[in-house]
Amino acid sequence: MSDVVLKIENLGISFGGLKAVSDLNLEIKKKQLYGLVGPNGAGKTTVFNMITGVYQPTTGAFYLDGENLTGKSQEAINHKGIARTFQNIRLFSNMSVIRNVLVGLHHNKEFKCNPFSSMFRLPSFFKSEAKMRKRAKEILRIVGLEEDRNHLACNLPYGKQRKLEIARALATSPKLLLLDEPAAGMNPHETAELMDIIRFIRDEFDMTILLIEHDMKFVSGLCDEITVLSFGTVLAQGDTKTALNDPEVIRAYIGG
Amino acid sequence: MEKIQKKSHSFRIGNYINYIVITIALISFIILDNAGFLGRSDLNLLSRIGYSIVLAVSLNLVVGFLGELSLGHAGFMCVGAYIGCYFANSFHEIIGNQIITFVISLILGGLVSAVFGFIIGLPALRLKGDYLAIVTLAFGEIVRNLFKNLPYFGKAMGMQTDAIALERDTMYISSFIIILVVLFLIQNLIKSKHGRAITAIRDNEIAAKAMGINITYYKLFVFTFAAFFAGVAGVMYGHQISPITQETFSYNYSIEILVMVVLGGMGSITGSIVAATVITYINFVLQNELSGELAALKLLIYAIILIIVVIFNNAPKLKPIKEKCNIKYLFARIFNHHKKPEKINDDAAEWNRIESKINMDAILSMEIDVKSNTAFTPDKSEKGDK
Repeated sequence: MSDVVLKIENLGISFGGLKAVSDLNLEIKKKQLYGLVGPNGAGKTTVFNMITGVYQPTTGAFYLDGENLTGKSQEAINHKGIARTFQNIRLFSNMSVIRNVLVGLHHNKEFKCNPFSSMFRLPSFFKSEAKMRKRAKEILRIVGLEEDRNHLACNLPYGKQRKLEIARALATSPKLLLLDEPAAGMNPHETAELMDIIRFIRDEFDMTILLIEHDMKFVSGLCDEITVLSFGTVLAQGDTKTALNDPEVIRAYIGG
Repeated sequence: MEKIQKKSHSFRIGNYINYIVITIALISFIILDNAGFLGRSDLNLLSRIGYSIVLAVSLNLVVGFLGELSLGHAGFMCVGAYIGCYFANSFHEIIGNQIITFVISLILGGLVSAVFGFIIGLPALRLKGDYLAIVTLAFGEIVRNLFKNLPYFGKAMGMQTDAIALERDTMYISSFIIILVVLFLIQNLIKSKHGRAITAIRDNEIAAKAMGINITYYKLFVFTFAAFFAGVAGVMYGHQISPITQETFSYNYSIEILVMVVLGGMGSITGSIVAATVITYINFVLQNELSGELAALKLLIYAIILIIVVIFNNAPKLKPIKEKCNIKYLFARIFNHHKKPEKINDDAAEWNRIESKINMDAILSMEIDVKSNTAFTPDKSEKGDK
């Protein structure tokens, strides 16, 4: 039990009469790279939105390290240790790269500093600010954005913006990292680099990662296990190779 | 640790501009005053500019940095003015010292106003955009009428504050000192992790939530904080104008503060200071110059000036000139002339290389059939890449 980081039980949501996701069961073990794939509109991002508290699931529950987080607010879930990136990039585009990461570090207990001491510039402010900047630079170095740290986030090329989203999510020091199409819009070069980064993050931080991706090369190269969704229901689950070769899955993707 | 502190200080010299300029202005006004160049109306103007700046800067915190539209700032000012001056009226004889009474009433007026801000913010900040604006607008009107009808505050006649009014020169000096304190607090807040969280909420609320930032807490905090300073400005107002009448705090005045913020640039403290000064000055001059029948023209001329300023503020051809005249820019040039401009890093070049390579391969491997007389036409995707 202690090995399982995220456990999803019969999770489902319906919008009016539409069942977007139904009866999803998942178990992700520590340090696992888990993939969530499926055709467009299968409900993958909806699953992410439920796990991060954007939507409240109508049925079922999910547990992080055995703790039931169903029905908690987005902030509370983030504080418990689930961080995510977004499919359509949602950076703080008018802030510099390093400030984006610093916002991610905001809630970290290590850098506590109340508004009062920052208003009066007490020593604790300088201490925590210096520590935060140091940590932010370390995180940026991991994703290879240290050089760009003073640029505005909106001026970064697309691939780097995606990396910055990962860095920002990483800054909240999560137990589980949710990546929503991290390789979308990247060239083959960057995709390969991203795979290395994701593996590195897993090894370095003992991170458990759940990712959505359409690039099958990317998924089969990274993930140990996957779940294939189609129209909100699970088509196949388990070892990546077997699941991808499942005839049901092939039919869902190719049709016929 | 000391090293880091020093480094960040030298790096931010441009950010101390506001303090420097205001201190220089204050010193020069003191000198001019002592030399006898400043008349009574000039000193009045300076005090008015004082509380206008406090109002504009604090509203900028809500509108510019948090990104919520509040139209009730004059309402908070009203609370501060009545409560602070009521306290000062009742206790100035017991306390004795005028300045100490003033300081205590400033803090008290601010605190009561902050409590109002908290109570209003609690339900109102669940609303978004226009709806919040309407609620704050209603708050401003309600509070004004409340004070009008309460028996303690002189009713429609207004509250007399002659007994506590400060000397004109004390007033403008203390106004400028209050500005410095307010700027210190607000700028420090903006340039801390809390300020980052506030701007993050403005930039992208959904992402800010996903980063674990407590949105309700920060919205409420900023709203209360701004209400506090509006209350402080109200007390400053009450100590120089007698009687305090509730008409002053009508929603027109809220709009005027908003105009200062918008004109100065949302999220720019320096801009708010400049705009507050300019608008107060224009208003003051128009009020003094246009008397009798011409007084009706005041609003017209004011509006025309505003329109002209807005048009020229956004004129693209004036941008380079404005940038060159920017004080921060000038200072940056003086202090950082050894620094080279930042190199813009863009890996677009890499993209081109990879794409063109694929293209070239495709073209080279293409066999052109000469006999069939069909010329090679690149398809859409290849065209796009070139």
